[in-house]
Amino acid sequence: MDKLLIAKSEPLWNTDKRIISLIGGFIVLLFALPHFGLNSFYLHLMIMIFMHAVMAQSWNVIAGFSGQISLGHGAFFGIGAYATSFLYVQYGISPWISIFLGMIVSGIAAVLIGIPMLRLSGHYFAIATLLIGISFQIIFQRWEWVGAASGVWVPMTSEDSLLALQFHSSKMPYYYIFLVFFIITFYLVWLLSRSKLGYRLRAVRDDPQAALSLCINVSNYKIIAYVISAMIMAPMGSLFAQYILIIDPDRVFNIEISIIVLLITVLGGIGNVWGPIVGAAILIPISEYSRIYLGGTGGAVDLILYGLILMLICIFRPEGLISFFPKNILERKKQR
Amino acid sequence: MTTEIILQAVVTGLMMGLIYALIAAGLSLIFGLMDIVNFAHGEHLMLSMFSSFWLWSLFGLDPIFSIPITILLMAFCGVLTHYFLIRYILKAKMLIQICATFGLSIFIRSIAQFLWTPDFRNIDKPFLEGRLEISGMFIGQPQLVASLICLVAFILLYLFVTRTETGLALQATAQDRHAAEILGIPSDKMFAIGWAIGLGCVGVAGGMMANYFFIFTDVGINFALFAFVAVALGGFGSIIGCLYAGIIIGLVESLGGLLIDPSFKLLYVFAIYLLVVIFRPQGLFGRY
Repeated sequence: MDKLLIAKSEPLWNTDKRIISLIGGFIVLLFALPHFGLNSFYLHLMIMIFMHAVMAQSWNVIAGFSGQISLGHGAFFGIGAYATSFLYVQYGISPWISIFLGMIVSGIAAVLIGIPMLRLSGHYFAIATLLIGISFQIIFQRWEWVGAASGVWVPMTSEDSLLALQFHSSKMPYYYIFLVFFIITFYLVWLLSRSKLGYRLRAVRDDPQAALSLCINVSNYKIIAYVISAMIMAPMGSLFAQYILIIDPDRVFNIEISIIVLLITVLGGIGNVWGPIVGAAILIPISEYSRIYLGGTGGAVDLILYGLILMLICIFRPEGLISFFPKNILERKKQR
Repeated sequence: MTTEIILQAVVTGLMMGLIYALIAAGLSLIFGLMDIVNFAHGEHLMLSMFSSFWLWSLFGLDPIFSIPITILLMAFCGVLTHYFLIRYILKAKMLIQICATFGLSIFIRSIAQFLWTPDFRNIDKPFLEGRLEISGMFIGQPQLVASLICLVAFILLYLFVTRTETGLALQATAQDRHAAEILGIPSDKMFAIGWAIGLGCVGVAGGMMANYFFIFTDVGINFALFAFVAVALGGFGSIIGCLYAGIIIGLVESLGGLLIDPSFKLLYVFAIYLLVVIFRPQGLFGRY
């Protein structure tokens, strides 16, 4: 009983002061970074890193925390992208509002997909989500109302407009918007990972039978994780759509989106809040640079590297690159 | 719509279904043996089609004669896959296993794209060409031969697995790896054999399809998806289930395309998968 009380009174928030200041310093650095004279290519690189880190984090919530491998996560990205562009073009709704509409639609889609699908486990679920991801692409390619295969073109505003989320003179505003979303998402997922919900999700992942015997409703928790995950994914699609201003099914419902989130998370460290940052910070520059230097050859050199990296990680470091970091930084310090 | 058109669709679906069945049998065999879903199955199919193509283009060997070579090449490829990748992830978590074969699929596909560019190729003037007309129905000769050879290969596979000593050893390993090892069946070798046979099946299907299908680097994706569906429909690990499932899928694809809307062919097949796994997770002929 005593031990139980001690365990209960042990603060979940106990993180080393140095680490808090380290993270704080890092955030300040990220905010200051554009003022060090980054050209637009580096800004773009950073934006892509933020975006993919958040997308990978979204995948991490469903795959890392609750253990369900979704291979069709690109669907929620596409829903988000279509929500903002389509609503803006058709009804003139500001992207700021439709980001949240996209999140809600995405969440509803996740419930509708999740209720039947999450009863499946393992390979069945993985293949089912793969098929659903492709189905979304096929449906949107042929859906006339949303522009079918040619997609949606967002008309450009004549000058920078915060309301329309369009900035043409500089990439700096996009940088800050993505950065803020990145920080908020990571903070929320960090909270989630330390909350009761987070621990229950991991219980569901590690031993569904035992979790069930502790009155944890396994399928409900899986659905909750799926919805959270979908709602993290959707805003990234929305912001991406406003960033490139033209979307089509081949771009935003592409199976490659579902693949890259998996790659980043597995490379960085699955089930770990920090994994997606590490993964994105390594993979995205590889992809962008190989596209610049080797892209002209017509081959998919970055994908060759991705495939190789993924296999090597699976063979030698299944916990991801984050496992190279000393453990005491990552986990809360043991109380003595 | 006359009955002839429907009959035509049925025959086309049947012929496609036999090919799906053989591809799925390879997947099912590997899954049944070691609980690993080969997400690179479509890429292996693509490789076998390219093998057929290059044998034709470099040495002038017609696909129908180069089939034994393609089978050997694919079997070798399977053994390589086992020894260089699968062996290391046998005891890993399922997530890692999925990611590893997924990584393999990305790797093979992009290497192929790098080497051969994403161009479409086809075999010019193959040995089998033209079509037969049987009471108003047109049946492509290469398709017919392909489906018949796939059926023969399927029967041979079934006989191999159920009648020969190696096949029984395979089954024993699939049922209980450790018990089989105690009885002196080397499981590592069995896994390698399983991969060789599984990809050998793909080699037959790919080699035959090279006759009449466009050959390009993404060709395998849809076939692999159909193979997943067939395996789930037939029951994971059941070889004979694959035959029925493959035929069902072929029929659904072809009749759905004819009766509803051809541009959503994939969706009908996907819908079957979802319905089956939700209402009957063990599949139609599953042993679980």
